[in-house]
Amino acid sequence: MKKLLSGNEAIGYGAYAAGVGYGVGYPGTPSTEILQSFSTYPGVHAEWATNEKVALDVATGISYAGERSFCTMKHVGLNVAADSLFSIAFTGVRGGLVVTVADDPGMHSSQNEQDTRNYGKFAKLPVIEPGDSVEGAEFMGAAFDLSEQFKVPVILRAVTRLSHSRSPLEVLDELKPIHSGHETVKYERDPSQQIPLPMNARRMHREVEQKLVDIAEWAETCGLNRLEPGSSKLGIVASGIAYQYAREVFPDATFLKLGLVHPLPRELFFKLNDMVERIVVVEELDPIFEHHIRLLGIKASGKDIFPLCGEFSIELVRERAVAAGLVPPREAAVRSAAPIVINGLDAASGNGDGDAAEALVPSALPPRPPMLCPGCAHRPIFYVLQRLRALVFGDIGCYTLGAAEPLNATHTCGAMGAGIGVLHGVDMVGVKDRTVAVIGDSTFFHSGLSPLVNIAYNKGVSTVIVLDNRITAMTGHQPNPGSGRTMEGVETPEVSIEDVARAFGFTKVDTLDPYDLEEVRRVLKDHIDSPEPSVVVARYPCVLNTKEKYAAPSVDLELCNMCGTCLNIGCAPIINRGDHVEIDHLLCSGCDYCVSVCPRDAIVSARTDGGEE
Amino acid sequence: MAQDKIDFVLAGVGGQGTILASDILVDVGLEAGYDVKKSEVHGMAQRGGGVESQVRWGSRVYSATVEKGEVDYLIGFEMLETARWIEYLKPGGDVVVNRYRIPPPPVNMGTARYPDEAEIQNLLLTRAGRLEWVDATGIARELGNPALAGVVLLGRLASHLDIADELWLGVIERLVPARFVDLNREAFRRGTELGD
Repeated sequence: MKKLLSGNEAIGYGAYAAGVGYGVGYPGTPSTEILQSFSTYPGVHAEWATNEKVALDVATGISYAGERSFCTMKHVGLNVAADSLFSIAFTGVRGGLVVTVADDPGMHSSQNEQDTRNYGKFAKLPVIEPGDSVEGAEFMGAAFDLSEQFKVPVILRAVTRLSHSRSPLEVLDELKPIHSGHETVKYERDPSQQIPLPMNARRMHREVEQKLVDIAEWAETCGLNRLEPGSSKLGIVASGIAYQYAREVFPDATFLKLGLVHPLPRELFFKLNDMVERIVVVEELDPIFEHHIRLLGIKASGKDIFPLCGEFSIELVRERAVAAGLVPPREAAVRSAAPIVINGLDAASGNGDGDAAEALVPSALPPRPPMLCPGCAHRPIFYVLQRLRALVFGDIGCYTLGAAEPLNATHTCGAMGAGIGVLHGVDMVGVKDRTVAVIGDSTFFHSGLSPLVNIAYNKGVSTVIVLDNRITAMTGHQPNPGSGRTMEGVETPEVSIEDVARAFGFTKVDTLDPYDLEEVRRVLKDHIDSPEPSVVVARYPCVLNTKEKYAAPSVDLELCNMCGTCLNIGCAPIINRGDHVEIDHLLCSGCDYCVSVCPRDAIVSARTDGGEE
Repeated sequence: MAQDKIDFVLAGVGGQGTILASDILVDVGLEAGYDVKKSEVHGMAQRGGGVESQVRWGSRVYSATVEKGEVDYLIGFEMLETARWIEYLKPGGDVVVNRYRIPPPPVNMGTARYPDEAEIQNLLLTRAGRLEWVDATGIARELGNPALAGVVLLGRLASHLDIADELWLGVIERLVPARFVDLNREAFRRGTELGD
């Protein structure tokens, strides 16, 4: 049966179709839906781990116990998991193990651009890169076969435009369960292969290098790499999504389409070189193929034509290819007749007041940056921090948007958990600028525990605010140890962040309702001014997740004097109409925070009893 | 297949239903016998920011993202976001735009101005061969749910494409929850009956 699947869904399906029973991951855009998709197939077990390193360690355990397993993460997640990755590169695997990693060229939802193919070189592991949903599923199967054939973990690299693009593929009509229940599995003990103490590790390093040589040999004929004959004038080398763009721009060229992107073959490049007059490499981010080709002594162009930074597109590849003389410019389409306007302003009134006003161009349009959602309980905390002129150290999550206009309430954003460590350093040197760190609940369990205990242990003085909405919201509401349920919906104890802080040695620990404006002011001021280390847990469930919605408040035009206070909380439904504000009922969640900040009581709640609607 | 390729961009604001509308468009293309790919961006972009879906129908589609300046149909759920994507339209292409404004943060903060309708029309006419304004959100409100605006716009689009209404309605029936099917059929019908 033909189904339309996103790249991520296809990768999840591909794992199931390869007989994989176990998947582990940590959510991160653009990778999240891989594990979510996998978890829907019969007889599989999927878990959200507390971070990517834990996920990879768990997947390693499954593999050591003889079963196929995979784990999922975004590119920066692999940095977290890298310690374990390099270790299992040496020990090797028993059951096939695939690490699926989604890169984000163009940084649609990320703090940096990384090319995960580099991890193949660095950790000395094979890397496979699919180019559409069909390959997403097929290459997953190939990755497990490769992993077991050479006893190595395999990285499967995706990018945003693969992960979040949909294309049709043939899927199984009948879905049979992978496991019917939990059987007892015998563990084969093999310390000489699973303990990389120096006496073993020195041998393992030689084995790893030999495996790479063997896999590069296999790469010549493995079917993941293919020569697509075309014109002898031009040979294009490309993989993944860049191949698709190149196919659009160079329809007649000869292609070497790479699916195994590390280690790379040799003979296929020599063959291509014999077939064409000129070789051009089209690769997003780093010049990895290009350097390999040059080392083979073959002449090739690449980054002299195409950019190193950012995401590719058809028009970018075409523009650069035209500039380099590789293809002729596209014939510009022309509008054949005068445009027709239906139900619009008539053409005569088209210029507004008729004045030769500057014609509008798209680049001059007002931008629409992302901001905290209507009803987001992080907003009240950031609003008060802004009012207190606090110096706020943050990291990655929805709450990064506390840095956005008009709140401007966050001053640094580091990697997951970084804000707490950075704050301790800032406080250590004596900055007395109302310093605090903010961290979300999922990030707290991911990377907040170690830096928090570090503050208590080292007699720090810092205040850490945990913005606890009981869910991993940014990536689409995945449960975490604070949510009270697992990925599969099984109930599990909710971890108390307050108890964790007390166990670490914090004695000043408070819990807040973010919507209680006076209480938030009082408690935050008290904690910030206190000389002892402290933790504030601001707890309110994510309203997008709980679908909490009340009727929107209304504005009393008699009372509104357009002071602008409500506009400064940065809530999209509050619309500036020039002489008054208006609240968009469709967008508003009815949280009534604007009601509590309005100094003239001009915003009137629609809630009659002040409680549930 | 009537044409070798047809590219669509659907542009709006997070929460307006561009994803459902593009899912419908994808399935209609598949049922009409095209190879189809679709691309969209999730995550940070959804938090009140602009959202866009790109859908491509063709005999063989490689890239899931469209080429700037080659798009056949721009379907705008919000005026400003429609204007933002106009450079993707091929000269002479079709624009269907919802007459609906959601002011972005800089406008609310008073640091930028929302362009007036004439300015937006002029900008769209720098490329459009046919520009159709639709009061889709108004019609959707009449039907009782502003979220139906996307299906009203699809109804409008359908009257430009050579594909039977039954095929569209069949896909809509399959993709929307059962209790909303009648409303969505009605929204689609209202869209097809506008103009012309």
